[in-house]
Amino acid sequence: MAVFDSIHLFLQELIGAYYMQLIILVGINTIMATSLNLIIGYTGQLSIGHAAFMSLGAYCSALVTLHLGFPFLLSLLCGALFAAIFGVIIGIPTLKLKGDYLAIATLGFGEIVRIVCLNLEITGGAMGLRGIPKKTNFVWVLLAVLFTVFILNRIIKSRIGRALVAIREDETAADSMGINSTYYKILCFGVGAFFAGLGGGLLAHYIRFLHPKTFDFMKSIEQLCMVVLGGLGNIWGSFVGATILTVAPEMLRSVADLRLLIYGLVLILMMRLRPQGILGEQTRLAPFFSQKIRNLLQKRTRTNT
Amino acid sequence: MLRIENVSAGYGSIRVLHQINLHVNEGEIVCLIGSNGVGKTTTLKTISGLLRPEEGRIYFRNRDISRTPPHKIVEMGISHVPEGRNVFPRLTVRENLELGAYARKDKAEIKRDYAMVMQTFPQLALREKQSAGTLSGGEQQMLAIGRALMSRPRLLLLDEPSMGLAPLFVLGIFEIINEINRQGTTILLVEQNAQLALRTAHRGYVMETGRIVLDDSTEALLKNSRVRKAYLGE
Repeated sequence: MAVFDSIHLFLQELIGAYYMQLIILVGINTIMATSLNLIIGYTGQLSIGHAAFMSLGAYCSALVTLHLGFPFLLSLLCGALFAAIFGVIIGIPTLKLKGDYLAIATLGFGEIVRIVCLNLEITGGAMGLRGIPKKTNFVWVLLAVLFTVFILNRIIKSRIGRALVAIREDETAADSMGINSTYYKILCFGVGAFFAGLGGGLLAHYIRFLHPKTFDFMKSIEQLCMVVLGGLGNIWGSFVGATILTVAPEMLRSVADLRLLIYGLVLILMMRLRPQGILGEQTRLAPFFSQKIRNLLQKRTRTNT
Repeated sequence: MLRIENVSAGYGSIRVLHQINLHVNEGEIVCLIGSNGVGKTTTLKTISGLLRPEEGRIYFRNRDISRTPPHKIVEMGISHVPEGRNVFPRLTVRENLELGAYARKDKAEIKRDYAMVMQTFPQLALREKQSAGTLSGGEQQMLAIGRALMSRPRLLLLDEPSMGLAPLFVLGIFEIINEINRQGTTILLVEQNAQLALRTAHRGYVMETGRIVLDDSTEALLKNSRVRKAYLGE
């Protein structure tokens, strides 16, 4: 895809390599956060193993590129499908669990994946997987983000989306409405894992080096924070959350030692002052800002008169 | 219409129902009374498939549904209003009702039923766009019943519709239950308010510790000295 490359290079020339990298990471994190939001925010299933699905997608797509010489798009697809299969496999036994129990089970799954990757030969073990060709660029990420948001949006606004929200609100009631909650929960895990795998594939072909540590528990927590910060049950919120939590650590580089401290403080304050997240639920980005602007204007006219 | 034969059920290793037998004929209101924890709710959950019977059979319109998953049972025409009015709190009244028709695909008919529910419960019509969690207890109960009606059930399972409601609301709800029945829906009613339940229903079953101990017409049960002593406070 030479066209993609030249667009990428042109833009990079314009804004510089550093900002380009930041934008690409924001994009990948947006894919991760929005797909996690489907699981946590819409369906109400507390999963803290999202990084594991990302890692499955990353390793799988990197390996098919390295060993089988698959074209980029196909290897991304392989990674995403591989992760989705695991999403479904994990979904079947664990989805009888609720709340904290599900969280612990997904946490366990995440650790299993990390340790397996650490010990397999094919993944490079503790040495990590090297020499993945750099194929991810701005255009690919942009297309992937648009694809993710489009598909997730379609799901959320469809019959499936209504079923997912009903399950979140009250699973027993959803069952007695004739919603097959087990089926929908597994579907939601499968779709969530698919996009996490896609994000992983993009990351693998961007940073060109995979290590199990990249996808540890902290990564899952970071993604959870993006979802919560932006707003549970709000796709646009996840975009905002992913942007802030990708850019903020960079901004705080000058106070590197205090970074995690500030990060933690922000989350605590957030939970205390605005638990519904920055955007809250069910708000679109545009109406949110237009409402803010309208409020401002009203205030101004009030003070004028 | 509904026939339960020797059904036992429970949660994990705890058995709640011991070989109960019960039937509901088309067009009836049947009530199931008994004190706390005797297995009334468990009976309803077993019928609607939320719980699997450990033994015994449940037949609905001559088909065995004892192993059928809940969403299939809804499609077959049994709708369950769970105890404590499990409405979807953050969804609007309208969305709640629409979810009630989830198993159906006939859009025009759904619209008609929606209008009918709005007519039956005028209070809900006033609060169409309000989220269900902000409704009063009585309104939530109405919503839960209305939502169950949206699946156009042949058999409606009502679990404690009077629970936690003001006396005036309770009477209103029971009037509506009668009205729903007159329009052709069969009802199996679980109630702790035995007085009211026996006055509303045609036949009744009395449950004690997981077993059916009495069944008769409600007239007879109202006269029964044991029932009067235990449940009607005499």
